[in-house]
Amino acid sequence: MRKLSKVWWFNIATTALAITISLLIAFMIIFMVSDQPLDAVNSLLFGPLSSLRNFGTVIETMITISFTGMAVCVMFQGGQFNLGAEGAFFIGAITASAITTKLSLHPGMLMFVAIVGGGLAGMLLCYIPAILRAKFNADEMVSSLMLNYVALYLGLYLLNTFLRDPNFGMLASYKIPPDAKLTQFIPKTRIHTGVFIVAILIFLIYIFIYRTRTGYSIRVLGNNPNFAHYSGIKVGSAIVISQVVGGAIAGIGGSVELLGMYERFQWTSLPGYGWDGVIIAILARNKPQYVPIAALFLSYLRIGSSIMARLTDVPYELIIVIQSIMIVLITASALLGRLRHKMVVKEAIAHGQSI
Amino acid sequence: MGRVFNLIFTVDFISSVIRVTTPILFATLAVLLSERAGVVNISVEGAMLISALMGVVGSAYSGSPWIGLLVAVLSGIIYSWILAFFHLRLGTDIILTGIALNLLASGLTVFVLFLLTGDKGVSTGLPSKVLPNLKIPILKDIPILGGILSNQNVLTYIALVSIFVINIFLDRTRLGVYIRAAGEAPNAVETAGKSVNRIRRTALILGGIFAGCGGAFMSMAYLSMFTKDMVAGRGFIALAAETMGKGNPLLSSISALLFGFADALSNNLQLFRIPSEITRIIPYLLTVVALATYSGRMQDKDRIPM
Repeated sequence: MRKLSKVWWFNIATTALAITISLLIAFMIIFMVSDQPLDAVNSLLFGPLSSLRNFGTVIETMITISFTGMAVCVMFQGGQFNLGAEGAFFIGAITASAITTKLSLHPGMLMFVAIVGGGLAGMLLCYIPAILRAKFNADEMVSSLMLNYVALYLGLYLLNTFLRDPNFGMLASYKIPPDAKLTQFIPKTRIHTGVFIVAILIFLIYIFIYRTRTGYSIRVLGNNPNFAHYSGIKVGSAIVISQVVGGAIAGIGGSVELLGMYERFQWTSLPGYGWDGVIIAILARNKPQYVPIAALFLSYLRIGSSIMARLTDVPYELIIVIQSIMIVLITASALLGRLRHKMVVKEAIAHGQSI
Repeated sequence: MGRVFNLIFTVDFISSVIRVTTPILFATLAVLLSERAGVVNISVEGAMLISALMGVVGSAYSGSPWIGLLVAVLSGIIYSWILAFFHLRLGTDIILTGIALNLLASGLTVFVLFLLTGDKGVSTGLPSKVLPNLKIPILKDIPILGGILSNQNVLTYIALVSIFVINIFLDRTRLGVYIRAAGEAPNAVETAGKSVNRIRRTALILGGIFAGCGGAFMSMAYLSMFTKDMVAGRGFIALAAETMGKGNPLLSSISALLFGFADALSNNLQLFRIPSEITRIIPYLLTVVALATYSGRMQDKDRIPM
C-alpha cells in the first residue's frame, strides 16, 4: 500500500510541477506581449473568483468537459486511442435538438428521450471505429478522426435540411421547448441539473471500470494487450465496449450541454470539447474519479483566460498554447522517470528487508 | 449522373484534382517518412498549420514568396524537431504529444495572427505573396496532358517529383535503409551500433520539410492568405492515405490522389445542387471505408494480437 501511495504522490508532484512551469511560461508570454501585464495576470488567476456569475461559468464549463473527459478516460483505459469524443459530443447535441424540436411527448419524457437519444448517437459513432478495429484491425485513431468530420457534416446537413428555423436570423434549429430543458437552479448563473448527471455518471463509470469484470478486461487490455489476449480475455469485446461506453458518455454530454445551456442548436463547427476531453484524461491519468478535479482546473484556466482577453490586450488563445505545453510536460514522464524508478526500487528493497 | 461523368472527364477537373491533392500529398510524404521509421506522426496537421501561417508572415515581411516558403519549411522542421525531442529524448507518448502539438498549433497560430494583425480569423491584413504557377515548356503543348499538368503551382511539381525521390531514397540510399530498419527491426539497428532515436529524429525532421511545403501551399497557393484552422484535417487524411498505401510512396500517393479526387468532386458537385454538407462527407467516409478494406498492417500486429 505504501508503495502505491508514493507513486500517487509522485504523479501529483509531476503534475504540479508541469502546471507550475507552464503557468510561468504563460506569465513570461504575457509580460512579453502585453502593455498591462499585471492586470492580465491578475484576471487570468483571479478573474473567475471575481463574481458569482464568473464562477458559475467555471462550473458550467466544468460540466461540459467532464463528460468528454470521462469519455476519453474510458477509451484510453482500454488503450484505445479513439478520438471520436469530439464528433460524438456534436452528434449527441444535434440528436437532442432533433428529438426535442420534432417529437411531441410529455415534457419530462422528452428530456429523458433526448438525453438517451444523444447517448445512443454518440455510441453509434464510436462503435464504427471500434468494430473496424476489432474485426478488421483498422486503426481506430485514424477512423475516429475521419468520423468526427462525418459527424460534423452529417449534423450540419440535418440542421440545414430538417431542423433549421427559417424565421431565425442565423443558421440555427427551432427553439427547444422550455419544458424539455434542464433546470438552471442557481440564480445569477447558468449552472444546470446536468451537474447531477455528471456526478452520477462518474460514480457509475468508476464502478464499471474498477468493480466489474468487463471493466477489469478493459484495464488489462489497456495495460498489456498481449497479456489480455493470452489470459483469455475477450479482447474484441473489450475493445468494442470501451469505445462504445466512451461514445455514449460523450453523446450524453452533447445533449446535456444543449438542453442545459442553449435555446437552439447553432454550432456550425466542431466545438473542440472532445480535445478538451483528451487534456482532462491526461491530467486525470485516465482515472474517472479525478475527472472533476481536472475539469475544474481546466475550466478555471479557460474562464480566467477569457476574462483576461475581455479586460486586457492578451488574446484568449494564450491558454490553448499553455495547456498544450502543460500536457507535453505531464506526459514527459521520462523527465523524472529515472527518479521514480530509483524510488520504486528503494522501496521494494526496504519492503523486502522489513519482512 | 451523365452530367457528373462529363464533369469528371474534363481537363479542368483533373487539373483541379492535382491542385487539391498537393497539400494532402505533402502531408502523406511527411507521415510516410516518420511511419517508415516507426513513429506515428499525428502532428503533421499542426506542422502544416504553423507553416501555413509562417509562410504568410515570412513572405509579407520580406516581400518575397520564396523567403516565405523558406520560413514555412524552417517552421515545419522546428516543429518536428520539438516533437522528436519530446518523444525520443523525454520518452513522451507520441500520440498524446502529437495531439498536444496540434492543439498548440491551433492556438498559437491564432495568437500570433492576432498579435500581428488584430484579427483572429484571416491574414488579409498582411501583404503576403503567392508562389507562382509554372508553364512547363514542352509539356504545355501536349494536348490533354499539357492542360492537366502544365500551369500548376511550383510546389505541385515539387510534390510530384518528391514521390519518386522518396521512393529512391528509401530503397537505395544508406539513410533510407536505416530509416526502414528503424521502423521494421529497431533492435537490429541498435545491434548494428546505430542509434534508432537519431534515425527517427532525422526521419521526423525530413518529414517536417514536406509538412512545411504543404503548409506553404495552403496559404500561398491554394489560398492567398492564412485562415484559422485552414489545414482542416488534411494531416489526418494523410495518415489514412499512408495506411492505405501500406507505407509505399507510390501507393500512398495514389491513395492521396483518391482523396484529392473526392475533395475536388465535392467542390464541384455543389454545382449540381447536391447539398454541400453531403458532398463534403465523401472524402472522410471514403477514408473510413478504405481503412477497413486495406487494414492489417505489420505494426498493428504488435499493438493488439487478434
